[in-house]
Amino acid sequence: MSNENKKYSQLRAMLAITKGSLRAMRRSPSAVVFTIAFPMIFIVVFGGMSNRGGVMFDVGLYDKTDTTTHLFQALSHVENIRIVSGTSQDSLIGLLKRGKIDAMIRIEKDPAAPSNEIVTFSTSTVTQQNGPIVKSIIKSIIYAFDSSYIKMSQMYIPAGQKSMMMGPPTAEIRETPPINGREYKAIDFVLPGMLGFSLMSAGVFGTAFVFFSLRQTLVLKRFFATPIQRTYIVLGEGISRVLFQMITAVIIILFGKFIYGFTLLHGVSTALTMITLAGMGLIVFMGFGFVVSSVAPNESVIPVLANIITLPQFLLSGTFFSADSFPPWLKAISNILPLTHLNTAMRKVAFDGASLIDVGSEVLIVFIWGIVIYALAIKVFKWE
Amino acid sequence: MSISKNAIISVRNLVKQYDSLTAVKGVSFDVYEGEIFGLLGPNGAGKTTTLEIIETLRQKTSGEIIVDGLDVDKSPNEIKKIIGVQLQAAGYYPLLNLNELIKQFCGLYNTDADPSAMLKLVGLEDKAKAQYKKLSGGQKQRFSIATTLINKPKIVFLDEPTTGLDPQARRNLWDLIREIRSKGATVIITTHYMDEAEQLCDRVAIVEQGEIMALDSPDNLIDKLVSSGFERKKEVKKANLEDVFLNLTGHEYRNE
Repeated sequence: MSNENKKYSQLRAMLAITKGSLRAMRRSPSAVVFTIAFPMIFIVVFGGMSNRGGVMFDVGLYDKTDTTTHLFQALSHVENIRIVSGTSQDSLIGLLKRGKIDAMIRIEKDPAAPSNEIVTFSTSTVTQQNGPIVKSIIKSIIYAFDSSYIKMSQMYIPAGQKSMMMGPPTAEIRETPPINGREYKAIDFVLPGMLGFSLMSAGVFGTAFVFFSLRQTLVLKRFFATPIQRTYIVLGEGISRVLFQMITAVIIILFGKFIYGFTLLHGVSTALTMITLAGMGLIVFMGFGFVVSSVAPNESVIPVLANIITLPQFLLSGTFFSADSFPPWLKAISNILPLTHLNTAMRKVAFDGASLIDVGSEVLIVFIWGIVIYALAIKVFKWE
Repeated sequence: MSISKNAIISVRNLVKQYDSLTAVKGVSFDVYEGEIFGLLGPNGAGKTTTLEIIETLRQKTSGEIIVDGLDVDKSPNEIKKIIGVQLQAAGYYPLLNLNELIKQFCGLYNTDADPSAMLKLVGLEDKAKAQYKKLSGGQKQRFSIATTLINKPKIVFLDEPTTGLDPQARRNLWDLIREIRSKGATVIITTHYMDEAEQLCDRVAIVEQGEIMALDSPDNLIDKLVSSGFERKKEVKKANLEDVFLNLTGHEYRNE
């Protein structure tokens, strides 16, 4: 009847919990939805948004625009200018009034002097930002024409008089060979943010709900009646969550890479660095989950507390949109949050090919959060 | 059934003090190797508290407890290896089926039991792929008992295993408990059904407000009462209503 002579292995007991927990997670709709489906949907929504690098200006044409003019030809080749066509002048004016296009122009030859071209330019009170930019683009084209005209006319001036006309050179531009650039695509911003989102929801919500319900439904109590030590129960649970989340991180990265061309500068090694970062982030976020599961008096308080922790971070940590344009006080708050630094580190690793050492300062801040939150978790942790 | 007088559990002057309430007030008793020992008493008498202290799930305030030669204070983990515990209320890992749960407990106890054999033992072999929460009350209790047998324990603790069960399920559980004992385990059971204690237990301790009022075999306790001049108000018939019920509805397990 006895089997006590064999040495009891806490590790084996722990792995039994890990295995069961992984099985349960795979079958849990909420775990799958939060950690895979949501981030994927966000990637599809945000990653599919305009991938064009610069800003576009929409310009409508008044009737009787002469498309053979030099100015029109030049303007239609400017990259950021999009000539809106295919609708009537009235509906174009309507679009301008609502700010849907930035300006209206008419270009025609001066009937009095055919070499001269006349531009009629209108913007509206609601396009105050873009209208002037369009205007200055047109001005710069005209200026370029003018200066080339001056150069051309100088050629006909007799050699002796040339210097008098030219004056001293004002400036000289020496162009270096073009610097190699990589396009920073929407996905390069969105995907690391979504990874952060997935890690944070799983870490906080997942951990909080699972531990609360294991305690509440007396699953933990039944475990206590077996020889496994309490620490190993928590470890077993934690490891399963980390494993599950790492698998979903790989899926998200592959999805981004192959569908949206997500930049992994050094390929697999960059991906591995990201996964390592993800693991660290998750462990820290799980600390928040432990705290929530222990301080929540009942199950309905858990989502409230978890949202208080996660929502500000989703909004302020550059998850969905960049925190660069925040006012200073908001930026200061953003700079404290762990998710901000995890997101920054992820983007640096993925896009700039940074190593873990290169993002050491971000990692350090996340690590400090980990120490603080686990100190709190150990203090408040409830077993029954 | 030969029952030795070797105490496999010995409890001395056990006291459990909660904030303002003394749940257990210095109880002492022995449980002999191989017997079915009953702790009887109304709700709140301190049965579960006493049991959970012996199971090393709760700290005692004072007293001394030895389980199979092991002190509960010094070697709780060694004790956990040789006991099987059915808690009055317990849960099992969500979203896992019975087979997987048994495997989980195999890991937790570091043993290799065959899940289908364990389930067969408690008549749940056809529920191997079902989740715990989908089971009926009786099936839950039987599964719960299956998990206590995984480590082939020397002592099995059953805390109100038959509460809420229909008469068929109760009787089948009694058979199971007798079977466990016949394989050599010592069984400690709490209940507030006196017929159950009378049928099952070799000896019972009657507990009230944290104290043991009497401890003896059911027969001796009854004889003592009768010899003190006690008489039932009404002569007992040869059968009772439960016999009628079982006679009409049969003895088999119900697939509730």
